[in-house]
Amino acid sequence: MTKRPSAPAVPRKRLTVTDYTLFAGVIVLIFFSIYRVNDVLVYNWNWQRVLSFVVRFDSETGTYSANLLLYGLMTTVRLAFWATVLAAIIGLIVGYWRTCNNLTLRIISRGYVELIRNIPPLVFIFIFFFFISSQIFPALGFDNIDRDNVLVDNVLFRIFFGDVRLFSNFLAGVLCLAMFEAAYIAEIVRAGIQSIGKDQWEAARAIGLSRFNVLRDVILPQAGRKILPPLAGQFITLIKDSSIVSLISIQELTFLATEVASSTTKVFETWILVGGMYFCICFSFAVLFGWLERRARRSLK
Amino acid sequence: MEDQTKEPLVSISGLSKWYEDFNALHDINLTVSMGEKLVICGPSGSGKSTLIRCINQLEAHQKGTIFVDGLEVRPEMKNLESIRRDIGMVFQNFNLFPHKTILENLMLGPIRNRGLSFKDAEALAMQYLEKVQIAEQANKYPAQLSGGQQQRVAIARALCMTPKIMLFDEPTSALDPEMIAGVLDVMVQLADEGMTMICVTHEMGFARKIADRIVFMDEGEIIEIATPEVFFSAPESERAKLFLSQVLGH
Ligand SMILES: Nc1ncnc2c1ncn2[C@@H]1O[C@H](COP(=O)(O)OP(=O)(O)OP(=O)(O)O)[C@@H](O)[C@H]1O
Ligand SMILES: [Mg+2]
Repeated sequence: MTKRPSAPAVPRKRLTVTDYTLFAGVIVLIFFSIYRVNDVLVYNWNWQRVLSFVVRFDSETGTYSANLLLYGLMTTVRLAFWATVLAAIIGLIVGYWRTCNNLTLRIISRGYVELIRNIPPLVFIFIFFFFISSQIFPALGFDNIDRDNVLVDNVLFRIFFGDVRLFSNFLAGVLCLAMFEAAYIAEIVRAGIQSIGKDQWEAARAIGLSRFNVLRDVILPQAGRKILPPLAGQFITLIKDSSIVSLISIQELTFLATEVASSTTKVFETWILVGGMYFCICFSFAVLFGWLERRARRSLK
Repeated sequence: MEDQTKEPLVSISGLSKWYEDFNALHDINLTVSMGEKLVICGPSGSGKSTLIRCINQLEAHQKGTIFVDGLEVRPEMKNLESIRRDIGMVFQNFNLFPHKTILENLMLGPIRNRGLSFKDAEALAMQYLEKVQIAEQANKYPAQLSGGQQQRVAIARALCMTPKIMLFDEPTSALDPEMIAGVLDVMVQLADEGMTMICVTHEMGFARKIADRIVFMDEGEIIEIATPEVFFSAPESERAKLFLSQVLGH
């Protein structure tokens, strides 16, 4: 047996002059901005004051405790989590209806998607919020779910839904956000389902699978892999859009940050900090989806 | 003895089918007995695929009746799944599920339609993979197999439902020439075991070997039905003569 040569090494990527120029440009820009803020604005930085709204140090008892911004962050995470779950479910159903043969389902789903896509999110949320909070919740008894005060101290409830006294407020936020984002997710799901060829449907139907089973075992797993990137983008958009519900007084990060900024007058620090917090949530989401995508690609090889 | 094996498994009468305004099938009458092997041939666009796809209702027909194993197959019927269980189908482009392994491709139908347990389905799947001689590829994905291997997997997948009849729609025409023999061997073996088969194919050597009858179609109609001996040596219609000269001519 003759020994074959091993594959030649791939040359390492080198940074070119253009790259260095770009880096230098960015750095100059950053320093210039800092210089402008410091020297021209004559702004008095006070991070300590704003950070105390994240975690407060009580000098009398010598203990740390969570403060407004941390509560806001937690609410935003909960809001994003439940809205994502709900939006994914609604989006999946509506997206499937868009591809159905049944005319009624197609009209309903098309109407839903077009209605929401063609009015500004803020307007939708105002209308929808006042509708559910003034009509639906009172009718369902959601405005006071904890009459016997059993849930106030329930740790699990607190972790998943926050303060029970704010529950109807929180639920309204989740619903608004989910209904809104579901329309966009539905379109992604529809495109995904339609990207799977008719031959897959036929092969699955020919071995006697029901419509539901074809969808679950054959179409959605393949469509899911294809739509992961746009879906990730939409979920990240959802997290960022969650700041909109601060306008209907849902006490999430942006809402509380507005309060902190106005009471401390430390506008820059507050919003830079809050921006950082949003970035962290969204970026971890992006990393998670990147990992899922790589896994999906590997399993298709 | 003779009569028992001639019990009709599929009987089609007065079948017509339109795509929008286009009349793809016109007044088709055909019966297939248990154990019979039928080869359908004819020029491109003559409605061969449409005909066999009506049998398992991948296409809905507008007129006429189709009976499979005594049950009428209708477009609006609710339990198509239970009829499709008895009708295996093999496609020109294999149509395997690319996100599932070979084994999973085979197990899906038995688990979902026949309600087999995972273990039983796996045993069944392995048995059929051995039959088509690709058991050692069980855990690969379809894209890792050659076309011929994929088509044999597709045949095994259909067999896993233990169908009463197998439909083949040009199973070898998407394959490289050197792959064709392996697939045809499996089909011949199946024929020898007594499976009822309807094959749309241009493989005339194969047709001569296994067919009990040859159905020649053109423009949505059955032009003639004959035994291979008669069909290949002395076809009745001019159109069949022309077709044969084109297929066998080179
Ligand atoms: N989904 C469809 N919509 C409209 N017309 C169709 C459709 N499927 C097939 N046809 C038409 O019906 C006729 C018969 O098609 P069919 O696929 O049954 O032919 P075939 O005999 O299988 O041809 P080939 O040998 O090329 O596969 C053709 O003229 C074709 O254009
Ligand atoms: Mg065809």
